[in-house]
Amino acid sequence: MAMIEFRNVSKWYGSFQVLKDCSTSVEKGEVVVVCGPSGSGKSTLIKCVNGLEPFQQGEVIVNGQSVGDRGTRLPQLRAKIGMVFQHFELFPHMDVTANLNLAQVKVLGRSVEEATAKSHALLQRVGMIEHAKKFPGQLSGGQQQRVAIARGLAMDPVAMLFDEPTSALDPEMINEVLDVMVELAQEGMTMMCVTHEMGFARKVAHRVIFMDQGEIVEDAPKEDFFGTPRSERAQQFLSKILHH
Amino acid sequence: MDFGFLFEPAFSGGGTYLDWVISGIQWTLYLSVLGWIIAFVLGSILGVLRTVPLAILRVPATIYVEVFRNIPLLVQMFIWYFVVPEIVPKAAGDWLKTQMPMPEFWNAVFCLGTYTASRVAEQVRAGIQSIPRGQVHAGLAIGLTLPQTYRHVLLPMSYRIIIPPLTTEFLTIFKNSSVALTIGVLELTAQARQISEYTFQTFEIFTIATVVYALITLTVTFTMRWIEGRARVPGYIGTTGK
Repeated sequence: MAMIEFRNVSKWYGSFQVLKDCSTSVEKGEVVVVCGPSGSGKSTLIKCVNGLEPFQQGEVIVNGQSVGDRGTRLPQLRAKIGMVFQHFELFPHMDVTANLNLAQVKVLGRSVEEATAKSHALLQRVGMIEHAKKFPGQLSGGQQQRVAIARGLAMDPVAMLFDEPTSALDPEMINEVLDVMVELAQEGMTMMCVTHEMGFARKVAHRVIFMDQGEIVEDAPKEDFFGTPRSERAQQFLSKILHH
Repeated sequence: MDFGFLFEPAFSGGGTYLDWVISGIQWTLYLSVLGWIIAFVLGSILGVLRTVPLAILRVPATIYVEVFRNIPLLVQMFIWYFVVPEIVPKAAGDWLKTQMPMPEFWNAVFCLGTYTASRVAEQVRAGIQSIPRGQVHAGLAIGLTLPQTYRHVLLPMSYRIIIPPLTTEFLTIFKNSSVALTIGVLELTAQARQISEYTFQTFEIFTIATVVYALITLTVTFTMRWIEGRARVPGYIGTTGK
């Protein structure tokens, strides 16, 4: 059974359709990269996985639970899926450790000692342990994003979602974040990443999804996608971003 | 200026005019602080409700704010004191008019509190809405419920952001408390007027009133500034330059 499955998902903002009959899936341990031009619906698609964006038609099944189902307790489902945002979205009034502890304590019911131990282990792993007592405003973008990844991991997630995790970073900071993501992928984490980092896709992705105007235009194994993409739109897109 | 009259026996009550001044200051403080507690608690609840996704909660809060901030405070004071006891059921009206202890005082506290709550609500709402939407998403995405997201993510930052306008509001309630003299509360301004009528030392007594108001509000200003400093978030852009 797939870890994340989209079945004919459609979404409208008023009369404007942002997702058109999207179907795809992410298996356990699989790394799927979602790319496409801006406004193509890739961020919206990924936010349907944890119900941050409601959709009107179709179904999203995560770890056996239907996201759109009224009976599904979204906070519980979300707690099992880590999410990393373009603008980090750390909580500015809490220090780094408190950022990682918050949901562990409030949602999982861990004790503060237990949570702190877990947080420090993860901060060690993303190379941020010496900044454990700093506040997000005192960190660089790359450092904040590594903390944000650790915050997601602190919940022992079954999958991680990345929504353009390097788009707001200075070029020199992109790699420190990608390194953490690559490591995570190689350890077998189930990942769905919206990104334009084709180097990352080449390195660790199993599949690449290409979206345009709310539709999944291309959904292919990495080798096929970079080798012989079938759609003209995907070819154009690739030629534009790969020439730099 | 001659302040000697302060130590003369007052026209009534057995004390001196200084005792009248002190009594006035006390009522001004009681009115303002109790009114502020109502304003802060009620205003915070209303401000939060104005931002929630459920219209059934949002609409009544919006109606409250628009009603209470759009009627002059003086008119509201008269409505609570003179009109409400006549339009509520007779038993309640009688209680309000004859049995309630210190009816002028409690009416004034209630009126100041509910009026100021509408203004506090708008500031709380502005504070919440000034926080990027991504913060709500981040709170929800790690598994917090929406109320938990308000409690741990949105409100701690919102209150920090709105400390300056909230300070202004807290100062305003001290100054607005003088409106209570119109329904007979002997707060500072009322006492100053009364003393001026009995002693003709108008210049002196209103000088005292002015200085006392200024001292109270400056104390509030510095206290709030201290709180703002204590609550400062290290490295947060909104709090640089301090």
